[in-house]
Amino acid sequence: MTSALFVSRARPAWALAAVMLSLTLAAGCARREDAGVTLRFWVMGREGEVVQELVHDFESRNQGIKVSVQQIPWSAAHEKLLTAFVGRATPDLAQLGNTWVPEFSALNALSALDQRVSASLVVDPADHFPGIWDTNRIDDKLYGIPWYVDTRVIFYRTDLLAAAGYDRIPGSWDAWHTAMAAVSTQGGPGRFAILLPVNEWPQPVIFGLQAGSPLLADRGTRGAFAGPRFRRAFEFYLGLFREGLAPPVANNEVANLYQEFERGTFAMYISGPWNLGEFRRRLPAELQSSWATAPMPGPDTDTPGVSLAGGSSLVVFRGSPHQEAAWKLVEFLSEPSQQIRFFQLTGDLPAHRAAWLDPGLAADPQAAAFREQLENVVSTPKIPEWEEVANRVWVAAEQVIRGAATTDEALADLDADVDRMLAKRRWLMEKKQ
Amino acid sequence: MSSILDRNKARAAWWFLAPAMILLGLFFVLPVAAGILLSLTDFDIYAVANPGAARFVGLGNFRHLLGDATFWKAVANTLQFVLIGGPLSLATSLGAALLLNAKLVRMRSLFRTIYFAPVVTTLVSVAIVWRYLYHPRYGLFNFILGLVGIGPVDWLGDPHWAMPSIILLAVWKNFGYNMLIFVAGLQVIPQELYEAAAIDGAGYWRRFRHITLPGLAPTFLFVSVTTMIGFFQLFAEPYVMTQGGPLGATRSMVLFMYEEGFRWWRMGMASAVAVVLLLITLVGTLVQLRWVRRDT
Amino acid sequence: MKKRGINTVLLHAALLVGAAVTLMPLVWMVAASFMAPGEANSLPPRLLPAHPTLQNFVLLFTRLDIMRNFVNSAIVTVLATVLSVLVNSLAGYAFAKLPFRGRETLFKTLAGALVVPAQVGMLPLFLLLRELGLVNSYAGVLVPYLASIFGIFLIRQYALSVPDELLDAARLEGAGEFAVFRLVALPVIKPILVTMAAFTFLSAWNDFMWPLIILSDSGMYTLPVALANLVGEHVQDTELMMAGSLLTILPALVVFLIFQRTYVQGIMSGGVKG
Repeated sequence: MTSALFVSRARPAWALAAVMLSLTLAAGCARREDAGVTLRFWVMGREGEVVQELVHDFESRNQGIKVSVQQIPWSAAHEKLLTAFVGRATPDLAQLGNTWVPEFSALNALSALDQRVSASLVVDPADHFPGIWDTNRIDDKLYGIPWYVDTRVIFYRTDLLAAAGYDRIPGSWDAWHTAMAAVSTQGGPGRFAILLPVNEWPQPVIFGLQAGSPLLADRGTRGAFAGPRFRRAFEFYLGLFREGLAPPVANNEVANLYQEFERGTFAMYISGPWNLGEFRRRLPAELQSSWATAPMPGPDTDTPGVSLAGGSSLVVFRGSPHQEAAWKLVEFLSEPSQQIRFFQLTGDLPAHRAAWLDPGLAADPQAAAFREQLENVVSTPKIPEWEEVANRVWVAAEQVIRGAATTDEALADLDADVDRMLAKRRWLMEKKQ
Repeated sequence: MSSILDRNKARAAWWFLAPAMILLGLFFVLPVAAGILLSLTDFDIYAVANPGAARFVGLGNFRHLLGDATFWKAVANTLQFVLIGGPLSLATSLGAALLLNAKLVRMRSLFRTIYFAPVVTTLVSVAIVWRYLYHPRYGLFNFILGLVGIGPVDWLGDPHWAMPSIILLAVWKNFGYNMLIFVAGLQVIPQELYEAAAIDGAGYWRRFRHITLPGLAPTFLFVSVTTMIGFFQLFAEPYVMTQGGPLGATRSMVLFMYEEGFRWWRMGMASAVAVVLLLITLVGTLVQLRWVRRDT
Repeated sequence: MKKRGINTVLLHAALLVGAAVTLMPLVWMVAASFMAPGEANSLPPRLLPAHPTLQNFVLLFTRLDIMRNFVNSAIVTVLATVLSVLVNSLAGYAFAKLPFRGRETLFKTLAGALVVPAQVGMLPLFLLLRELGLVNSYAGVLVPYLASIFGIFLIRQYALSVPDELLDAARLEGAGEFAVFRLVALPVIKPILVTMAAFTFLSAWNDFMWPLIILSDSGMYTLPVALANLVGEHVQDTELMMAGSLLTILPALVVFLIFQRTYVQGIMSGGVKG
């Protein structure tokens, strides 16, 4: 036994060393490098599945650049992107909802693209819808290139509207309201004029923007929701629930919205371009001639309503070691032919106006409403905290709808909460002066 | 001679402990201390980009939490989970343990394996399975209820039923673990006590109340403290099944903390929530310790 | 005699009902994972697939590349198990058999630390790992597992039973402390190490919140994180999600079944001593 023993008090140190070594190896094993450039490209939702196809062509055109597409569900995208930023693990480029561009540019996470755009033969600001292009300009610098555009219009059942005596959606809030009442009466009990999910912020915010509310005051450091213009819009929105024209349900309470639209449970729905494809796919053939889209009515008779300047942009992260290659991919996806292909695969509307000349899109009757609306879009406040503020807006609406607060209380609470969310921003701006 | 050996032992001890203590110190003690410090600042996403944008706010975060309705709802939800789910889970575990431990049982280890199986399953996986089981139209639960004539329940969509649904899942998932501990506890109780009581004419319930329960008292304490600590950390189920909804009915404290910290990057505030969780856990543990000490 | 008969029947009936209720969700999961798309969402709900198919699994392995997540989970779990047994056995043994000044105090401090929820340190730990460049790496995921107070206590408890005479005999032969540990104590405490390995394996395999936070690349996701990501996109594909759930649970169940006896022993002995 003696021969097998040897004095070594340092042995346990080996244990520590083994741990450290394993950790180092494990840390290294994380990133598998290929020869040549591999671009990490984060894409959300359905776009993520589809973009793989486009990317193959890019790779064959650009030997030496590989693209690794990572798909993230929308529900987790915001937090994943921020976590990646904080963790210094951002991808090379990503799709970014354009309401998030201000946030990431405030964090200094994005590369400014002005120089690249002026030197580019593919990307030209004049080719884009001004309202959409503007959402990517923060403090006079450009941080994203619009990839596809999104706005909200009204999807409606032409037959149900006709039965109530209307051949189109009227152009002003009052007239539209009367039309909705007529549709609801025509439909009878258990049926509604319009579906407005209570846990969504675009609808109340759109009405607020249409009424001319700035939503925020003092250079985006305080809430302006208790002001008269937003209040007017808010009352209009809430009135639709009060009068039974809209069911007080959240979007996850509607088992299958396409089935309900088919059954006529509601005749109108404010939504975006993705539903062009979904409606065509999921509604039965007999119904395809009975639905249409229309731009938003405005608050007063003569002004058309504005809508959200939505959509996604392509952004390049400042921390990427492959700025050139990432920009090449952005240019590729901006080419009109790629934009059209993308539209055909997803139904997402191209950001590049030239792509709208494509016969498929130009002749599409239901896309026409979007085309019209896109000339009349406005961006939401370009502040980093917008995502959180927006989410707070629907909570205020839900409170009143479910009877937990009066309009005044809800709006006052909303402003108080928003003020609190923006306190840091206020402090930083004061510090700058 | 022995003092040299003792000194050798003492010196060796530090080497033996070094890896664990260094790792614990660096990756547990340090972060916890930092977390407590962070809770006194307004560290947020701006501060991540530029540390100068963080301010010391003392107890400001805590004062804000005291006035935040969402936070209180999270506390209430978590307490509901702990105070209803805890006893329910313990009762189920005890019941299963009593069944398993009965003398007449055959194929004991098979049943034990079956009852324990949910414990080793991945929580995310079973949360997803139960999400489908809870589906108002196509889920198995409503189908079974329908067979006995009870109308469909909107398990995860109704604010009144959402937390009970999660409690049910948690009980199913965890009862096997404490069941084993109870079985061990039951086996330690001397058989003669039961035999003597039987001879004295005591029925099942009297024997249960006067022999089994007191005999299990230390086990009960251990099980209820550990279960409580575990239940306070409710996160994966609401994250996967309901995202805190509907109407915030399933937002637990840890989910609230996750949202504050990793969704909105209010890291100072999130740390404050974690500190509150720590305090509540501490209080809960002390309360239970004192309760038992008072009984004995 | 008759009473005994009825009691037996009732007892086993109750046990069977309990077993059915316990297994039902898992059985449905297995059944649904072999169903064709759409079949699981039918009325009345089906308990058995009409024509069992492997297409969900095929989809998981081909387009959704779940093998990669499987490998990630395997690497992380095995490393966590091996390293934590190594680190914690050394510490547990020291607490049991190597007296030093302050041992009791240190022990009590560690016991107190058990009350602290892991979440208190999660954010700072994330920032610390960021500075160390360990975000989105295997090492980053491993870090919380390496030293476990619970593991140290478990091993200490068991190591107390190593006969001191054996240890002293080895020391008198001139062996250094590490040799004493390796050659005398280790063989004796092997059973508890196996138990601890089983615990760590299951706990690391099933962990969710920390990997969710520390891993940003989907290629690095462990199975639970990949699954949660999948359900965000494919919530309407019930059968696919069931297949993914089954794949995630299976290795854990297998490991449990293999190490059942020692695992159960570990829980039962740990709990009673308290």
